[in-house]
Amino acid sequence: MKRIAMVGMPNTGKSTLFNRLTGAHAKVGNWPGLTVDLFSARLIIGDQLVQLVDLPGIYDLNGNSEDEKVVTTFLAKNRPDLALIVVNASQIERQTVLLRQLMRLGIPLVLVLNMVDEAAALGIVIDAEALCSKLGIPVCLLSAKYGQGVEQLQPAMRKALRDTAALPEAKNDSAKLELLQLDAAVKSSVFVPAQASHALTEKIDRILLDPWLGLPMFFGVMFLLFEVVFILGKPIQDAMAWGFSAFRTGVLEPVLAGLPPALRGLLLDGVYNGLSTVASFVPMIVMFFLCMAIVEDAGYLSRAAFLMDALMARFGLDGRSFVMVLMGFGCNVPALMGTRVIRSRGLRLLTMLVIPLSLCSARLQVFVFFIAALFTARAAPLVLFSLYVISILSAMLTSLVFKRRYVNNDPFVLEMPPYRLPTLRQMILRGWHEVRHFIRRATRFIIAGCVLVWLLTNFPLGAAAGGAETWAGQIGNFLNPILSPLGIDPKLTIALIFGFVAKEIVIGSLAVIYGQEGGALTSAIAHQIDWIQAYSFMLFTLIYTPCLSTIATIRTEAKSRAFTALAIAWPLGLAWSISFLFYQAARLLTA
Amino acid sequence: MTTLTLNRLSQGECATIMALDASAELDQRLVALGLRVGKSVRLLRRARFGGPLHVRVGTTELMLRAREAICIQLLREAPSS
Repeated sequence: MKRIAMVGMPNTGKSTLFNRLTGAHAKVGNWPGLTVDLFSARLIIGDQLVQLVDLPGIYDLNGNSEDEKVVTTFLAKNRPDLALIVVNASQIERQTVLLRQLMRLGIPLVLVLNMVDEAAALGIVIDAEALCSKLGIPVCLLSAKYGQGVEQLQPAMRKALRDTAALPEAKNDSAKLELLQLDAAVKSSVFVPAQASHALTEKIDRILLDPWLGLPMFFGVMFLLFEVVFILGKPIQDAMAWGFSAFRTGVLEPVLAGLPPALRGLLLDGVYNGLSTVASFVPMIVMFFLCMAIVEDAGYLSRAAFLMDALMARFGLDGRSFVMVLMGFGCNVPALMGTRVIRSRGLRLLTMLVIPLSLCSARLQVFVFFIAALFTARAAPLVLFSLYVISILSAMLTSLVFKRRYVNNDPFVLEMPPYRLPTLRQMILRGWHEVRHFIRRATRFIIAGCVLVWLLTNFPLGAAAGGAETWAGQIGNFLNPILSPLGIDPKLTIALIFGFVAKEIVIGSLAVIYGQEGGALTSAIAHQIDWIQAYSFMLFTLIYTPCLSTIATIRTEAKSRAFTALAIAWPLGLAWSISFLFYQAARLLTA
Repeated sequence: MTTLTLNRLSQGECATIMALDASAELDQRLVALGLRVGKSVRLLRRARFGGPLHVRVGTTELMLRAREAICIQLLREAPSS
């Protein structure tokens, strides 16, 4: 099968084009010589099936950041039959650097000038035909976001695949001459007005990057975002939980009535209770990701990097690290992969050490659940926000402790893209992606976890379900001396142990341990623990190991066992210390 | 005409890039982001507390720390007031 690779600088809309061409059918796959996964999808071009691979966005092929190595290794070991080089049409002048490097590799190319809508708004006029004949490669002007011009890509790729004679002619000249020729070709076919700037972006930046109000506004926006998710998401979650309960009593219990009690218990109290409790949070999580996606796609995250860099520098990090920590609020795993753009190993490791402290969406479910059970509706949003603050503070504490060990010597140069409004299509794709991600995790961890919890809380035979004689009770009692100073009882201990695998299992396993779901589970927990215990439990959940996937990602990204061990041990110690301090202090103060 | 480095530029001011004086690797990154010799660069703003500079070169806007900006030699056309 022929292979087409997509190459381009960051912020050129490469992934948007990839999604536009492939729909939501992309798969993650391994490649020879690479330790990282890349997105790829099959595509029908003319009468043949080809494989389209999305490579990470990079500035040049000669650099040695992890991302750049991924691209160069891929191109060397899996030489594509064709490469689509995606260029931001309004920045074509500077992006010729990468084009020249690709031309020198001799891979047949199609030049895609993306974001023509923005270029047109800036008054930039591009003569695609002139450019095509001067460069000797096909040129497509399009907007991947709005879809205009995308239809030219099919015939262009078909033609390029068929006739690989469409190679640049200047191949034999010296490198310097090539860049000059390229520049000349671009200059004569592209008209850029002398004053080309995004007027609206400039206006918004004057407000959002205000020297004094910029940072408070940023935190205000983030607070608002969490509020919106909580206030809109909670009723939906309640409704889902009620629906799952009704389905259980109305349909499942009568249907399964004939089964032996043990099997019925396993199916209803194990699998169904666990899975439905977790599933009721999916709408809220999707909403959270959509809000984050709007902030991210709008370009506000790079403003956050700008506003926070001076502060982060004091902690041995930089603005990019801060953005990764924010991304980690969604899911830690992609945030950890995002550190590949950092060249300095010290900064990269330090950033990877703080990312797992980000309050990810899986932990959010646990907190929403406990907060609803033990705090008033008025206090709830503030309690949740306090956990986000502690998440950031513990990240800062961690970097203060380790900044001398992992020294940052990376230059800080970052693009500031114009503000953009994401389209509805992009939002829907994003939401669907999250649902799929949940289903994958559900089938991999959550069902197995819930079954295991059910077995532990119901065996050996004859022990009262969830009682002290069960295996779970024995484990809980064994760990009791370590966790009781934090106010964490044996039942919550079991949930914490399973939380090591994935945080979604925590509430799933609580449902199994208490043999309840929905509102009944909430009130059962509210009767057993008070708010101090609940907050201490949440602090521990926030800080200790987020999940197995995170650990596995740290292991592959850092390529160091010692570092992985540190990334497990440090948060565990920190979680215990902070919960201990909080619980003991709160008990003293309220005594 | 006076020469200066990018970190000395005042807010709103424009100057032409004369030379890049960084390591080969950083040079390459700066060129890829559009900071090329002969191009005109404008300082839009600085972040508080010694934070990064926000500059525009051509149609690209970017941020960089003073430590990196010091490597960029500029030529100021109009005499500074």
